Amino acid sequence: MSEETYQVVGRALLRRDGLGHVTGKTPFVDDIRFPDLLHLKMVRSPLPHARLKSVDFSQAEKVPGFVRALTHADVPKNMYTILCLIGIGPDEEPVLAVDEVFYKGEPIAAIVAESESAGMEAAAKVRLDMEELPAVLDVEEALKPGAPVIRPWGTNYFPYEGHPCRRVRFGDVEKGFAEADHIVESRYQTSPMEHAPSETTACIAKPEADGRFTVYTNTQALFFTLDNTALILQIPFNRLHFVGGTVGGGFGGKVDVIVEPLATLAAMKTGRPVKYKFTREEEMRVSSTRSAWRMSFKDGVMKDGRIVARKVTSYADSGAYNRHTPYAVTKHAANVAGPYAIPNVWIDAYCVYTNRQPASAMRGFGVTPASFAVEAQMDKIASVVGMDPWEIRFLNAYRNGDTKPHRKIVEDATLIEAMKAAAALTGHELPEHLLAMNSWDRGGSRHG
Amino acid sequence: MASRIINFTLNGREVEALARPMTTLQSLLRDQLGFTATKSGCRQGGCGSCTVLVNGEPMTSCLLPVEDIEGEAVTTLEGLSSPDGLHLVQQAFHEGFAAQCGYCTPGMIVVSKALLDHNPHPSREEIVAALTGNYCRCTGYEPILLAVEDAARRMNGREGA
Repeated sequence: MSEETYQVVGRALLRRDGLGHVTGKTPFVDDIRFPDLLHLKMVRSPLPHARLKSVDFSQAEKVPGFVRALTHADVPKNMYTILCLIGIGPDEEPVLAVDEVFYKGEPIAAIVAESESAGMEAAAKVRLDMEELPAVLDVEEALKPGAPVIRPWGTNYFPYEGHPCRRVRFGDVEKGFAEADHIVESRYQTSPMEHAPSETTACIAKPEADGRFTVYTNTQALFFTLDNTALILQIPFNRLHFVGGTVGGGFGGKVDVIVEPLATLAAMKTGRPVKYKFTREEEMRVSSTRSAWRMSFKDGVMKDGRIVARKVTSYADSGAYNRHTPYAVTKHAANVAGPYAIPNVWIDAYCVYTNRQPASAMRGFGVTPASFAVEAQMDKIASVVGMDPWEIRFLNAYRNGDTKPHRKIVEDATLIEAMKAAAALTGHELPEHLLAMNSWDRGGSRHG
Repeated sequence: MASRIINFTLNGREVEALARPMTTLQSLLRDQLGFTATKSGCRQGGCGSCTVLVNGEPMTSCLLPVEDIEGEAVTTLEGLSSPDGLHLVQQAFHEGFAAQCGYCTPGMIVVSKALLDHNPHPSREEIVAALTGNYCRCTGYEPILLAVEDAARRMNGREGA
């Protein structure tokens, strides 16, 4: 197929929302105005791990414009976990802290006020009596005996069917190492990454005359958030009408259920529309990030470049709570062997809790760090066996019909074709025997 | 401190507004006057989404006290299009797919307009320099730069050349 036949690729199409964007008429949540709007501001933990002994609102209540405070006692079902909707449990994150906080910035109490500045002033005047507890801030430290246990089920890892990690077992990895000419070992570490959307996380919840609530939100997960909000507030789903779809940058950062339950609760308690919008500081310091990952690779490689065994131990830093990380770890375990045909694979992928800002979804979450480590490892293997980094990838690339370590059959392999296109676009000349390869048969490849 | 009456020109119309001390132009435009095309991404002068033109010069409205615009001419994105249609910079952004989420777009467009008013034939480097204070987290910078070049061609009457 030649490029000229494409109707979309390579062409500038008019966006349906384009006129709104270039005229400024696109309605983002923060652009919606109500005359009786109230503002919600959060009192947050200044410590990464502490016992919360008491919360004193007496000075906050004196601030002109203070309307009311909300604590955990006001939240009908205070403990939740976002992924309960896909069967992940138990509930483990409080909407508002009860008697202990597990990360710096954890929400403790909400202040509802007539103006944003009154809300901020009142929130700053709430007095917290806290006793600092030892914090654990490193994934491997968190798994050691004697580490402070921060999860209610008694371990600092998420249990997968009774195991401390998500496991993949394929072939016999020790036999592979015994056969190998080279063992290539490396450890990779990524940092947490903030989505930093241009528009911060926000919603407005408005009580309607019929007893329902209209929630204007920039969530990326409209119905997921509606369902979680109804569960947290213990109200029927049909009392909530969520209006969204206009998101000023998300990238996975607006998938968690954070502002809607409390704004709706505040609207219920006051009978007025309530806006809960993160400041830029909250967006950067409190909203969830991409997890930091630590990944250790041990690969068995033959002199001719074939990878015959791969053993990976990965630790995702979930921060203090689940959010989406238990799911990200499963995705990671399915992909960390890379798009390569390796006959013997062993993967242990841990979802670990620390006293850090919770991590969650971000663009290919769980897989993006895996790809970074896998491809760095491929370059290292190429260097150890003295082969061209392109050739090592063509040689090991999986083909359609191969079985992946987690027992899925490869049906849509395009790695070889994508590499050929990348070489052509960058002016890299590939030798004939690589150009002759494709994803449909092994001809010429030594895995056949 | 008492509120003050501020007089200025907004998109060609005289405006008289009552403003409390420490009110920013961003807050006056958005919260009091309802001109919400001017966005609010960081409120610390870092993202450029709140940029407006004051006497034709780009300024971050989140850092500008309203006292400073007494008697000045302010232009927001709402002031660019006319009943006859879009400004050529808006047209170029729209037709060039130079917006993704749209949140940075108002700032990008007013800065580009100011650049082209001062410099009808900017180089790629001059466009990059002009937009350096405007953040696009969707990282759609390339179509934005192409749209500014396209707008320059349109404004110079060399459309399609």
